[in-house]
Amino acid sequence: MADDFAIDVKGMTKSFGERKVVNHIDLQVRAGEIYGFLGPNGSGKTTFIRMLCGLLRSDEGSGTCLGYDVIKQSDSIKREVGYMTQRFSFYEDLSIAENLDFVARMYGMKNRKEAVQKSLEHLGLAERQKQLAGELSGGWKQRMALAACLIHKPKLLLLDEPTAGVDPKARREFWEQIHQLAAEGLTFLITTHYMDEAEQCHRLAYISYGNLLAHGTVDEVIKLAGLTTWSVRGPDLLPLVAQLRNKPGVQQAIAFGNMLHVSGDDPAALEQAIAPFRREPYQWQQIPSGLEDVFIHLMENSKDNYSS
Amino acid sequence: MKGWPNFSFERFWGIVVKEFIQMRRDRLTFAMMVGVPLLQLLLFGFAINVNPKHLPTEVLLGDNGPQGRTLLYALKNTSYFDFVRLLKTEAEGQDALARGEAQFVISIPENFSRDLLRGDRPSILIEADATDPVATGYALGSLNTLVNTALQSDLKGPLAYLNGTSGPFDLRVHALYNPEVNTQYNIVPGLLGVILTMTMIMITGLAITRERERGTMENLLSMPTRPLEVLVGKITPYILVGYVQLGLILIMAHFLFQVPVHGSVLLLLTSALVFIAANLAMGIMFSTLAKNQLQAMQMAFFVFLPSILLSGYLFPFRGMPVWAQAIGEVLPLTHFLRIARGILLKGNGLQDVVPELWPIALFAAVTLTIGVKRYRQTLD
Ligand SMILES: Nc1ncnc2c1ncn2[C@@H]1O[C@H](COP(=O)(O)OP(=O)(O)OP(=O)(O)O)[C@@H](O)[C@H]1O
Ligand SMILES: [Mg+2]
Repeated sequence: MADDFAIDVKGMTKSFGERKVVNHIDLQVRAGEIYGFLGPNGSGKTTFIRMLCGLLRSDEGSGTCLGYDVIKQSDSIKREVGYMTQRFSFYEDLSIAENLDFVARMYGMKNRKEAVQKSLEHLGLAERQKQLAGELSGGWKQRMALAACLIHKPKLLLLDEPTAGVDPKARREFWEQIHQLAAEGLTFLITTHYMDEAEQCHRLAYISYGNLLAHGTVDEVIKLAGLTTWSVRGPDLLPLVAQLRNKPGVQQAIAFGNMLHVSGDDPAALEQAIAPFRREPYQWQQIPSGLEDVFIHLMENSKDNYSS
Repeated sequence: MKGWPNFSFERFWGIVVKEFIQMRRDRLTFAMMVGVPLLQLLLFGFAINVNPKHLPTEVLLGDNGPQGRTLLYALKNTSYFDFVRLLKTEAEGQDALARGEAQFVISIPENFSRDLLRGDRPSILIEADATDPVATGYALGSLNTLVNTALQSDLKGPLAYLNGTSGPFDLRVHALYNPEVNTQYNIVPGLLGVILTMTMIMITGLAITRERERGTMENLLSMPTRPLEVLVGKITPYILVGYVQLGLILIMAHFLFQVPVHGSVLLLLTSALVFIAANLAMGIMFSTLAKNQLQAMQMAFFVFLPSILLSGYLFPFRGMPVWAQAIGEVLPLTHFLRIARGILLKGNGLQDVVPELWPIALFAAVTLTIGVKRYRQTLD
């Protein structure tokens, strides 16, 4: 049933000049779901989101967003979508309350004053409401932006890197809020570069150079990548990285804190490759691949595809 | 959800309120909006209408009698005239005026004293270089009282009867090169239009480009706003600013430069509404066409020049070639100058104003339409 999808688009494409920035992306997001949208810098995440809410005209593609035609009915979509831009784009010379009031007016809210007051309290902004938005710290700016996106009670929230530059505690609170709102029925499409946030999403999509490389639940995405990963602990791992990277069967060797993740998609070849190094002082252990291993793997592969 | 009207007053008003708050917080722009007209009026007004004194004057003295001397002293005492040379022939005087060496040549005829004492009311000829009428206006004005008072101390006792009612002698003024003698009255009402044109176009010229440059456009566009709501919402607050400027200029014009107000002020204020709106619409159109604030500024200057040169502000409209007049007729300033001068100086009424008003209204409608059409609802 199409109604179950908050977003259901096919073949979304956008070029800037000669460059295809978003390349035939299909995406389905179920209502009430938190959907993570991941990919390296410049992979086309922001561009894709802008197309969804009618801020950019797509070159190709069709589908629906909240049941409205994504190409023709962007006016209707805008009314029911909250879009939090990657870059803070509220008025810095207006106070928090004035910004919220402005937004409420733009959506033609009936009991505007009340709605503004409620949202100020709800997001803990009441005491700072007179402060100019431009004077807020990054975290408070995000909080205000989220409040502004929620004020008109949207059904779908498109959040473009909402937690970039936000401290861990604020990030945690932010996500708690998102889970709460999702439980109330809101749908989220969130871009992020944080793995811990990606893991909190019900489902996610990974794009690179405008191509959708993987999508599904975290487990599905990991499983689909078919990656085997070993971790190594020990002193002086840096020379080891250089040696391992040249071995056939080793596709990546990445430092994770004080250990190394060594991965490859052929388990036998990988085991053979690491065999000479499985000695003191190194401690080897096979571990389940994590999202980050998989994403780095996807990114490396897509680079090859792209250049060839 | 149905029934969303095309134009939402709520959203329009939201934009108006926002613009007002931003205007209030932006001290520099605010200062510009009030300060620039004041400064311009003072600078232009005084620079153009300066009451120039000590103007170089040359004298052709045909008579050496005491009354002639007294008269020259009296002229000198007005401090408008500085005697720089004594001329020998009339031709010398013509030459000096032509070369701009002298602003005035005063000729005291032969037998001046004799004729004066006889009661023949001899004539004194004052030739003025009136190329710039403003420069000579005050000096010539001072002469009128001089006729009666200059010789009062000389003509006492039995000679007192010579003072008479029309003065003991006659002054003939020849304004050379510019016999029409435009006065400064012409310039201050003109300045009214010029100042409004400049500030109004500049302010709104930045309106949309500023949103783009600050990145707030992305947010504005992601909300269900419509072009007309945004553009009209951004214009409206500045109509008020225009009126503040207008009021300041009118008050200064009247009390500082003694510009007369012969017609209805209400009529002037009403016509100004159309004129202000036209300039704001033009600015907002530039704003939608320009990629950034700098481009918007450049477009604004592209209009200032013809507005100042071809509107009849600096040069008489009728003296311009046909093609220049054709361009001038398109500009709102041209028509507003006629309205403002007509109302202030000639006491024109509604029927005289309307023929000049509709071209301005048409201009406003066309530019706003282009603005709405060009207002991009997407970021690409
Ligand atoms: N208006 C534009 N004109 C031309 N190129 C653009 C425009 N907007 C984006 N791009 C290009 O499109 C590509 C994708 O940009 P986009 O902002 O969608 O990436 P992103 O995935 O959001 O990256 P990030 O994680 O850094 O935010 C980039 O290479 C960018 O340079
Ligand atoms: Mg982005």
